[in-house]
Amino acid sequence: MELIGHMMDGFATSLSPLNLMIVVLGVTAGLFIGAMPGLGSVNGVAIVLPLTFIVPPSSAIILLAAIYYGAMYGGAVSSILLGIPGASTAVATTFDGRPMAQQGKAGLALIAAAVASFVGGTISVILFTLFAAPLADIALQFGPPEEFALVLLAFTTFVGLGGDDVLKTIIMICLGLALSTVGLDLISGQPRLIFFDQPGFYSGISFLVLAIGAYGVGEILYTIETSKSAPQVTPARLTFRELGHGLKEMNRLWKTMSFGSLIGFFVGMLPAAGATPAALMAYGLAKVTSKNSDQFGKGAIEGVAAPETANNAASTGSLLPMLTLGIPGSPTTALLLGGMVMWGLVPGPMLFIEQPDFVWGLISSLYTANFAAVLVNLALIPVFVWALRMPFTVLCALVLILCIVGGYAPSQKMHDVWLIVGFGVGGYLLRKADYPMAPLVLALVLGPLMEKSFRQTLIAEQGNILAFIERPLSATFIAISAIFFLLPLLKYARGLTRSKATA
Amino acid sequence: MLIADRLIAAAIMAMSAYFMWHAMVLPIGWNGMTGGPGGGAFPFWLSAIMFVCAGAILVRSLRGKSDYAGDFFDPDTLRAVVTVVIALVVTIALIPWVGSYIALPLFLFWYLKIFGKHSWALTLSIIIGTPLFLFFFFEVTLKILLPKGLTEPFFVPLYAMFF
Amino acid sequence: MSYTFLRRFTSATAALVFAATTTVAQDWQPEKPVEMVIMAGQGGGADRLARLFQSIIQKEKLSNMPILPVNKGGGSGAEALRYLSDKPGDNHVIMATLNSYYTTPLRTDIGVNIEEFTPIARMALDTFVLWVNADSDIQTLDDYVAAVKASGGSWKMGGTGTGQEDSLVTAMLEKEFGIDVTYVPFSGGGDVARNLVGGHIDSSVNNPSEALGFYEAGKLRPIAAFTPDRISVFPDTPTMGELGHDLVYWMQRSFVAPKDMAPEAVAYYTDMFQKLSESEEWQTYTAEKALMSEFLTGDDLQAYFLEERGKHADLLSSMEEGS
Repeated sequence: MELIGHMMDGFATSLSPLNLMIVVLGVTAGLFIGAMPGLGSVNGVAIVLPLTFIVPPSSAIILLAAIYYGAMYGGAVSSILLGIPGASTAVATTFDGRPMAQQGKAGLALIAAAVASFVGGTISVILFTLFAAPLADIALQFGPPEEFALVLLAFTTFVGLGGDDVLKTIIMICLGLALSTVGLDLISGQPRLIFFDQPGFYSGISFLVLAIGAYGVGEILYTIETSKSAPQVTPARLTFRELGHGLKEMNRLWKTMSFGSLIGFFVGMLPAAGATPAALMAYGLAKVTSKNSDQFGKGAIEGVAAPETANNAASTGSLLPMLTLGIPGSPTTALLLGGMVMWGLVPGPMLFIEQPDFVWGLISSLYTANFAAVLVNLALIPVFVWALRMPFTVLCALVLILCIVGGYAPSQKMHDVWLIVGFGVGGYLLRKADYPMAPLVLALVLGPLMEKSFRQTLIAEQGNILAFIERPLSATFIAISAIFFLLPLLKYARGLTRSKATA
Repeated sequence: MLIADRLIAAAIMAMSAYFMWHAMVLPIGWNGMTGGPGGGAFPFWLSAIMFVCAGAILVRSLRGKSDYAGDFFDPDTLRAVVTVVIALVVTIALIPWVGSYIALPLFLFWYLKIFGKHSWALTLSIIIGTPLFLFFFFEVTLKILLPKGLTEPFFVPLYAMFF
Repeated sequence: MSYTFLRRFTSATAALVFAATTTVAQDWQPEKPVEMVIMAGQGGGADRLARLFQSIIQKEKLSNMPILPVNKGGGSGAEALRYLSDKPGDNHVIMATLNSYYTTPLRTDIGVNIEEFTPIARMALDTFVLWVNADSDIQTLDDYVAAVKASGGSWKMGGTGTGQEDSLVTAMLEKEFGIDVTYVPFSGGGDVARNLVGGHIDSSVNNPSEALGFYEAGKLRPIAAFTPDRISVFPDTPTMGELGHDLVYWMQRSFVAPKDMAPEAVAYYTDMFQKLSESEEWQTYTAEKALMSEFLTGDDLQAYFLEERGKHADLLSSMEEGS
């Protein structure tokens, strides 16, 4: 009952006129920041954080929550419209969001993303409210072996289901994993794969650089070639009837969205994992359980809804380890953590007991922000869709400029901009030769986590490789991954014998 | 198409070999002392797998078991792709020298007016609008400074005004 | 909106008038935003502290131009060091350092000599404490040494990346007590603390700020501090010195500038950090987080850097012999 009281107080503060205005402004700003390739919630939060010392703390929290949610929604916008995932969490959204936009269903895809994000955010806020404290203990159970097993699972749920050429898929996975090792080896503390002795490689190859290169520049080159310089503009329209139709369509997806939210929340809650594996696993699971799984990757609305519910649920879930354990799961939560420290709060197990006002104030702000985000987002969809109706050469020029600036902005290094062009050309050639891009990008995102946790486990267990299957949680994950992994191999082997028989 | 497939497979093999050579700087085997693979093991063995798979693709295409047909590049539009890539490279090379506020509008001018053959009105409005957007969105709002090169002194009064 | 515009407008006019009236070099002020290079990635302890400084500077209006943090954590700060050494004479870039300021150039040859940089100010010294899980039976340092010895080398000590501060402290421990531990590197101090609470490792040498939350919740137990005097937050935890072991280790948090920065600019930044170190926010923060705020500038700071570099050279070479 005490809990409900705290929540009510929180809502009362977040619904004051000043705070409502802050929420709407914050969500809109976050939406645009997130929609810009290369920029994400990190940038929004970093800018706003110093301002939070000027406004009252309760408004500050609300502003931060609003920017955080706005940027999460915005990430889907660039994934769908431009095919460039603005953040690693939105990679899975491009798989079906982009094809939908190409079929002229950008409006529907954006509606699906917005509604799904809202559902994901809502369910996870509810879970957070009810189970925050006991769940923190589960998060502690996750040591390096469990982390490894979880990343492996995220990988296989997605990759194992691909229908592409197996050899080419394996190459792209290995390439992504190999590129993820560039930079500093944490375990030995030695630099490695510093190509051409360029200092820019010391910090490794960032996901954003690869995504903007392969998806942004590469996609544009590909379109320039295939459109035969007589570009076909995607006929994207959005009417009220379509909006209604879209919302009705979403009604069908309750199962997908609830699954997505649950996966998102639980995976996001684990300190090391975060929203990216969550979105991938939700996508993989939606594909397996869906009746029209052959439509996935070609513009299935479930393929947008599942990862979007999961990544929004996960970004709420990832606040849990930050608040209860003081461990940030992402750069954004790290900044938020810094902010809390500056407000004089000590994140950690005592926070819920000593500062209940803050915790529940934050949660109710999240809720308000989520609600505002879905409304603002739905209202802005016509604007986004309108952008697609620009003449193709204009859109191309502007997107290329965004790729350059967006690639430069996060690290402020020209080195990264050059890499983007390199990945763009390379990605364009590889795509033409039917090499799948998604496994490459995913491998780069998950690679560092995978290698680190694998080696940490082996060091801690003195090289005993059985450590992974001696612990119940990691053993379960590994068993499921093995099933996912073996399925396509079996299919491939069967295909080989069959082709031999016919030949 | 077949030739392109082979060339790309060969290029991947070359790249894998280059990666492997780099990875050899650190121990690539099972490190007995700490238990677990050495620092170079992951990049080395992953590149090795890449090498083998690309080799398999090469062998497969040499055996003629490929179902590709037609040209890899569309000869009509390849020119357009190559020009865009060259323009991008020139623009990026110019950025550190003359700054983003000259290089990027130049690129836009080329793309819209010369490559895209759009009207002056549209070209000019985008050429003027984009730098304004970049300055106010990235620099003033997000506090992310873009490279200015030679034009740096012209921005000092602007900084004084907006920061 | 109109308010901010008005403020900007007035401050712009003020700046113009100011620029017109004072052409004397002594009143140097940054004329464009100042880059604050951080030698570590986003989210780590060094990053959080640098951003805290930025916020206090902004809140107390200690600088007329914004201070913009830029993370260049690649290669344990090698990237940041190379960046700074490529900007001689630049008056608009400063760098937030930690101990990798000396260890990184010592461990790998990156063509950077830290003697060339201009020291600005040392803001604080962070402390190290030996921690175990509160569920373990270990109460004293003697218990700890006995437990490590009994484990026969399988004792898991968690810490940050190999060659960084935690691993140096571990090496000091191993040498002093003649023990042998398995060092498991993690990507950040917070990660280490969590793994210690979760029982995935057996001990750590976290900074107090990283473990404080868990300590207050009764999940972690401090065994001994690597400081000359007891840390006020842990009054019951003995120092290594009290227990008869001469083990002291600090993490310095300082600011440096590129070589040949104009003396007026150096004076400006030194003054800015002086004011910052006297600010109320900083004083409360250091007290709560058990940081030693020992302000140091100019030649004294350079001498300190060089002395520390010498100490770390010895430490690193003895560590390499040991392994």
